[in-house]
Amino acid sequence: MTGPPRRVLAWSAPVLLALIVLPFVVPPYQTVLLTYGLVFAIAALGFNLLLGYTGLLSFGHSAYFGMGAYAVAFTVKYLKLESMEAFLLSGILASGAVAALFGLLCVRYTKIFFGILTMALSQVLWSLAFKFFWVTGGSDGLRVPTPTLLGGLVQAGNDKFEFLSHRYYFYVLAIFVVAVAVMWVIVHSPFGRALQAIRDNETRAEFVGVQVWHYRWVAFLISGMFTGLAGALWVPLNGLTTPDILHWTFSGKMVFFTVLGGFQTFFGPIVGAIIFNYLETYAVGHTVYWQMVLGIVLVVLVLALPAGIVGTLRRLLPRPARAV
Amino acid sequence: MSVDLLKTTQLTKSFGDTHAVDHVDFTVAAGEVLALIGSNGAGKTTLINLISGLIAPDSGRVDFQGSDITRASTHRKIGLGIARSFQLVNLFDQLSVQDNVTLAIFSREGRTRRLFSLADADTAVRDEGAAVLKQFGLDTRAGEPAGGLSQGERKLLDVAVAYALRPKLLFLDEPTSGVSTREKAPIMDIITSVVRSGGITAVIIEHDMDVVFTYCPRIVAMHQGAILADGTPDEIRNNEQVTANLLGTHRHA
Repeated sequence: MTGPPRRVLAWSAPVLLALIVLPFVVPPYQTVLLTYGLVFAIAALGFNLLLGYTGLLSFGHSAYFGMGAYAVAFTVKYLKLESMEAFLLSGILASGAVAALFGLLCVRYTKIFFGILTMALSQVLWSLAFKFFWVTGGSDGLRVPTPTLLGGLVQAGNDKFEFLSHRYYFYVLAIFVVAVAVMWVIVHSPFGRALQAIRDNETRAEFVGVQVWHYRWVAFLISGMFTGLAGALWVPLNGLTTPDILHWTFSGKMVFFTVLGGFQTFFGPIVGAIIFNYLETYAVGHTVYWQMVLGIVLVVLVLALPAGIVGTLRRLLPRPARAV
Repeated sequence: MSVDLLKTTQLTKSFGDTHAVDHVDFTVAAGEVLALIGSNGAGKTTLINLISGLIAPDSGRVDFQGSDITRASTHRKIGLGIARSFQLVNLFDQLSVQDNVTLAIFSREGRTRRLFSLADADTAVRDEGAAVLKQFGLDTRAGEPAGGLSQGERKLLDVAVAYALRPKLLFLDEPTSGVSTREKAPIMDIITSVVRSGGITAVIIEHDMDVVFTYCPRIVAMHQGAILADGTPDEIRNNEQVTANLLGTHRHA
């Protein structure tokens, strides 16, 4: 079936073109804001492999995002490296190791027990980052300098903002495209089908020969590594990593992204993450009651648009045009 | 035909004080299609659950093709060729009808471990899935989500998913329960013809005696966790214990 991939390419190609042109037509601030959105979208992509495709609601994905970020900070602090590729490698490996371990404990549970356990484990990491200040910098966090890209071929230069809004933006965009493509293949693979089968009916999945907890664990691991990759990409943007990103409230944001965009669709969490980033930034910039704005949005969303933005659009569009 | 494909020896399971399956010796010969009958609570489903691995027995043993599988994992039992359908339909409701069947094929072939190939691009699996759906008369519904099928179609798909595993031994737990009387015969026609043409040994739990007497050459009757009678439809019809305990009361089902 070449139909669905072709249809996806038909509308994603113009979107990609627009994303490539964007930094040349909008102010740098907007590009940097979008970079944050793309980074969060990669995290949401990983998060939704568990929620949308495996039927497991994690409330502890801050652990993997945070591990990705702290691994980068440790690479700078202890290994004195400043290459972005080294950052990505350490971020993915560290978050993968933590996800492999936490996953072993969590995937034997489902529903609220799974959610609470993932959250509790992430809080353990948060408290470690908070208390072991001689390693982690405590609440001050750890500074991360602007990295070099592509093994030193692309240098940061003196104008950090110009670097972030152009060279770094394209770097993130390229990784984002690869991450989306890889995840798209995974969810459409026989393995992805098995995950959806587990989501729909665990008992029956077992009785067609799918070893449920093993598949859940692999999904958990992949999910954690994607989220860790996002964490590693996020630190150079932020310039600093603090325990906040390990806190469960940050896991809550990932749930928010995904519900906002629509967890029953592949592209929903991506759209949700980017829109949430704008929403939060503007809410914080315009009112001191920004948490209330986000709360109201969440309430309206759950009551009026439970399918999320993309899910609702998909229902409104005629069937042949469905691509998302 | 005299080779025992499956043999249980003194298989026992209790739930509290209830002896759901009480020291049952039960054999199934390769190639036969047999019915397991009995009133509600007789232990038919529990017996199948014990053999297929949904629950563990308290004591006794299960042999399949001469080897002990009493404590084998569900995964291993499926690998050996034991599949089942469910009394309350168990499907992947959000997946399409076709994907329900192809998942079983991917799993059988050990391909569900593949992360980096597109499921829909596997034409061999797709063609086999389409052929299975055609055999079950579900080919026109291939693209629909399984959750949107009628009860009769869902029962058929449930059997089709188990059949797609190409089992040696197939347990069908009430394949016609919950469907109208009018639909029962067509469903059983399809199931028995598919099972026979595939050379599959089948054990069918069924309440409807007309269905049982029509489709199954061997009938095993259970009562209060034990086997009451085992024989041809005529022998069962003329067995006084069966008539007293089962046939007089089966109509309510």
